[in-house]
Amino acid sequence: MTEQATNTPIAKPKAPPSIVASTGFLGLNRKDATLLALVVVLTMLAPFILNPFPEGSGMAQFNAGYPDLMQRFVIFGIFAIGFNILFGLTGYLSFGHAAFLGVGSYAAIWMMKLVTLNIIPAIILSIIFAGLFALLVGFICLRRSGIYFSILTLAFAQMSYALAYSVLTPITGGETGLQIKATDRPILSGLEPGEIGRANFFGIDMRTSYELSLGDWLFTFNAGYYIAAVVMLLSFYLSIRIFRSPFGMMLRAVKSNQQRMSYTGLNSKPYTLAAFVISGMYAGLAGGLMVAMDTQVGPERMFWTASGEVVLMAILGGVGTLIGPVLGAGMIKYMENIISKINETILHQWFAFLPDGLEDFVVSMIYPFIGKGWHLTLGIVFMLVVIFLPGGLVEGGQKIAGLFRRKAKTDDTPSKTPAE
Amino acid sequence: MGILEVKGVNKRFGGLQALGDVNLSVQENTVHAIIGPNGAGKSTLLNCLVGKLIPDTGSVMFDGQSVLGRKPHQINQMGISRVFQTPEIFSDLTVLENIMIPCFAKRDGAFRMHALESFAHEKELLEKAEAMLADVNMLDKRHMHSASMSRGDKRRLEMAMCLVQEPKLLLLDEPTAGMARADTNNTIDLLKEIKEKRDITMCIIEHDMHVVFSLAERITVLAQGRPLVEDVPENIKGNPKVQEAYLGEAAA
Ligand SMILES: Nc1ncnc2c1ncn2[C@@H]1O[C@H](COP(=O)(O)OP(=O)(O)OP(=O)(O)O)[C@@H](O)[C@H]1O
Ligand SMILES: [Mg+2]
Repeated sequence: MTEQATNTPIAKPKAPPSIVASTGFLGLNRKDATLLALVVVLTMLAPFILNPFPEGSGMAQFNAGYPDLMQRFVIFGIFAIGFNILFGLTGYLSFGHAAFLGVGSYAAIWMMKLVTLNIIPAIILSIIFAGLFALLVGFICLRRSGIYFSILTLAFAQMSYALAYSVLTPITGGETGLQIKATDRPILSGLEPGEIGRANFFGIDMRTSYELSLGDWLFTFNAGYYIAAVVMLLSFYLSIRIFRSPFGMMLRAVKSNQQRMSYTGLNSKPYTLAAFVISGMYAGLAGGLMVAMDTQVGPERMFWTASGEVVLMAILGGVGTLIGPVLGAGMIKYMENIISKINETILHQWFAFLPDGLEDFVVSMIYPFIGKGWHLTLGIVFMLVVIFLPGGLVEGGQKIAGLFRRKAKTDDTPSKTPAE
Repeated sequence: MGILEVKGVNKRFGGLQALGDVNLSVQENTVHAIIGPNGAGKSTLLNCLVGKLIPDTGSVMFDGQSVLGRKPHQINQMGISRVFQTPEIFSDLTVLENIMIPCFAKRDGAFRMHALESFAHEKELLEKAEAMLADVNMLDKRHMHSASMSRGDKRRLEMAMCLVQEPKLLLLDEPTAGMARADTNNTIDLLKEIKEKRDITMCIIEHDMHVVFSLAERITVLAQGRPLVEDVPENIKGNPKVQEAYLGEAAA
């Protein structure tokens, strides 16, 4: 990736951020602290930011500020952040990360079915189970590198899917999966007879929402979203610390030159395995949160397409950058939920101002890319990004920032690296 | 007993006898050069010392312990560092990071989980790394991306990465190949200086006779995988067998 960047005039081979940068706030250097603060502000204000269009207007369908989707943004953000710790730092491309997400989800739902409906123990259990499973899978798959490693992880994930789908039906509920039912009596929750348990955070129901309407605008503040968002911020902070730690440097060394690493007296195996387990735990956390938000799980969560999706998220956003995976996750989830909802009638409304024949023509040209065709749009966006912005959306952002900076300062002081 | 004792080492690649019954004894705190025409098996011999290759037969003892059957990182932790014929550095990392990694390896061993630690608390290692960079005149380049350096700089960086570990035995495979004359002389001076400052044994493969005769206290000549002679430099210069080995190659 650096090689490609060298060819483009703007993205000069940048030295990674200096390791000696002073650490101030929360053990982060100034640039990282700024980035974290920015992400905190954006996630906290997301219900506003994602709902820019007034209710009832034609553009309202582009609003993404509803709890369900916002929760998905941050949960998949966590998944992608964790995936990036493995792929971005060590270069090991796992094609089976959804397996850890699934294991986390199953662990969480069992905790809720049997023990308590409080989400915290469920999430902790999902992290532990995903971590243990990642330890096993990583131990075996890391015997190989490159494409063989990827195929092994894919095989493991598909095996897990098959197990969840049929063999382990008593534990996983098979094809239909698991939900919390009226018959579930978790020992630590005083449910009334016949009452269906609801996931809660020390009594706060995940679905509690406060709606604020300002003029034509309607903003929803959902308890589940804010809990997931705080977890995401903690995960993000942790990933910055890992990226900037000596351990993070060792992981980049694994990616750079394993031969030199071993002749320098370092065993790259445990480093890579540790990264694999950490990223599996992130996936488990995401899986646990999914169950916390919506108390059900099915085997499709472990299907290979789910593993592929997180790879796309990381690449789309910018592999090895801090914020990239979160952006990629947001972009894909936005397209999945928004573009897929546009239908032919809506298109006709948009282009009604065109002469009839032309209107039909334009609609028929766009139609394949909307609704169920959103995958096509995603595919095209992905190709464009990979070809023109090998550093992902983050590189795009840096280029734009670079343009502005050059306009602002016409003297030839070299532009500093913008926040990633 | 030398610090490094190679006895009866054989290594075959298919039909090619790359090393045939090699014996080598390197005395502590000396500079021992291994010379020989191209394809003589010099790099193969080093590979057998650092665990990259396993000899078919024979024994390799370092500091009284066998290195055979150990992994490369374990051999390094015993105190052997190696500079490769083509520079092996972490080219995605900065120059300073390249030096920091061996510093960590030396202090913390083959693996340590320091995921939540910060470089801000590693002042000692940073100082050590920067002092090393100053020694090889690269301090001003410490924040440079190491991929963008010249070949000569990469070699010096790799050498610094090995030296900062303060190995007991430093193996150098053509450390000055591809360097400009001035850089070569700097490297000779650097190695001499290191030699004076520290207790270190060096084993150096070199084609440049100027380098060999400036540094070496003993020389082993390899030809076609077999040790031809081992002697002090003065005796090697005039040795007809050695000249024959080199001339034989030139004639072929
Ligand atoms: N991994 C290998 N597989 C097969 N043959 C090899 C391998 N490594 C080295 N050889 C062969 O063994 C012989 C000795 O190679 P070696 O690299 O040790 O020579 P050298 O003395 O270092 O030469 P040079 O001065 O060119 O570096 C050569 O003929 C080489 O082709
Ligand atoms: Mg060689």
